[in-house]
Amino acid sequence: MIDKRFVLLSKEDNVFVCAGQVLADESICLEGTTVTLNVDINVGHKIARKAIAKGEKIIKYGASIGSAKQAIAFGEHVHLHNMKSDYIASHTRASKVGEVS
Amino acid sequence: MRGYLRPDGRKGIRNIILVTYLVECAHHVARAIVTKSNSDNVQLVGFPGCYPNQYSLKIMEGLCTHPNVAGVVLVSLGCEGFNREQLSKTIKASGRPVETLIIQESGGTKQTINSGIDKVSTLLEAAKSIPLVDMDTSELVIGTICGGSDGTSGISANPAVGHCFDQLIAEDATCIFEETGELIGCEQIMAERAITPELGEEIVNSVAKAENYYTVMGYGSFAPGNAEGGLSTQEEKSMGAYAKSGASKIHGLIKPGDIPNQKGLYLMDVVPDGDPLYGFPNIVDSAEIIEMIASGSHIILFTTGRGSVVGSAISPVIKVCANPETYNKLADDMDVNAGKVINGEATVQQVGREIYDLVSRVAAGEKSKSEDLGHQEFVITYKQFEGLGPNCLPVR
Repeated sequence: MIDKRFVLLSKEDNVFVCAGQVLADESICLEGTTVTLNVDINVGHKIARKAIAKGEKIIKYGASIGSAKQAIAFGEHVHLHNMKSDYIASHTRASKVGEVS
Repeated sequence: MRGYLRPDGRKGIRNIILVTYLVECAHHVARAIVTKSNSDNVQLVGFPGCYPNQYSLKIMEGLCTHPNVAGVVLVSLGCEGFNREQLSKTIKASGRPVETLIIQESGGTKQTINSGIDKVSTLLEAAKSIPLVDMDTSELVIGTICGGSDGTSGISANPAVGHCFDQLIAEDATCIFEETGELIGCEQIMAERAITPELGEEIVNSVAKAENYYTVMGYGSFAPGNAEGGLSTQEEKSMGAYAKSGASKIHGLIKPGDIPNQKGLYLMDVVPDGDPLYGFPNIVDSAEIIEMIASGSHIILFTTGRGSVVGSAISPVIKVCANPETYNKLADDMDVNAGKVINGEATVQQVGREIYDLVSRVAAGEKSKSEDLGHQEFVITYKQFEGLGPNCLPVR
């Protein structure tokens, strides 16, 4: 079973999408395994469905949406700090992140 | 539904008089004419630049001869580079009345405003006699765009619009989706949906062009708010945006201002051709909305996760809100709450049907939220385009 605040969009995906906010330190059940979140996860954000190695593709909608910049643990927030585009770097108001090397 | 039958045979769902400034120097005068005319049916559009540009002329021609437009007052300063003679000729050729006011020859601000108010009043009166005739869903052209996307957009609002598109196309309507820069990463999947392999190749090339253009500019079509809403990369945003196109076959690739030649689903290539020249391909959502309207869109379906409030001149914009939290914050601006999908209160198909029903009602005259609130955002920038490739509009 899976916490109803997380959605699996495609069976090939290695991320879940958050459909209801979950706060840090809360323990949630993902496909039968319990994990404790270390940061707040807001609606629309992603967490890892399994351990993902550095350089591995992040799969969502059954398609690649970029690569892991570092090893990502099961249940960890997957975002700008640990993944990057394989096309064009993203940016925040302060700076660019995940420059394509 | 009933439509306004124009002399060129096209049918509109609104009956608008456009006041059009042809350079920023004429903007104030044109706006004063619109404000003092005090009618929802008198609207302002214009082009700010003084240098002539083929693209801006084509867009303006598309807007001034749009099926929702009954007549036009052009406001020129007098010395700008915009080809007002050509624009006026195109409008006349479409059978619509057009008046040109030249501020430098009309005695300045006050007299041009007064003269403009008179012209608008005459055109409004004439517009009353435009015949209302039966109009079928198959005669509608509907465009879609997303703005202020977040991690919910690709799960709720965008696939719901895709579902609505599939229904419209099943009834032989024409649908347009766009922004090749926001389809980076989806090019192969899209190509497989093209009705011919050659069209598929054109689609792949258009996305490669977009990728190059955005790379030169230094930024993808990805705003900080997208990241705050959970989107991490351009291709992730693309996969979500792509869902707006539904599952129908892609019948052609058009450029801004091109009118689709047949029914079905069309991709609009909005990224300029040639070497990057005038700056960002699309500075803001409104620029893309206007391009789809110039290609004949009667209504624009605008999906948003973070929450956009924009509307448009000429064609109503319907807001489909992807995120339930955003919907609660901005309910007065949102026409459809697709956030119900995120909360598990509705299916994508149910929301798609809701959008379809609203399209029918807005086409029949009901005002969308942004339309009712008076939103008429409008932007045209400089761009350059070459003609369409030989395989872009396959004959069925």
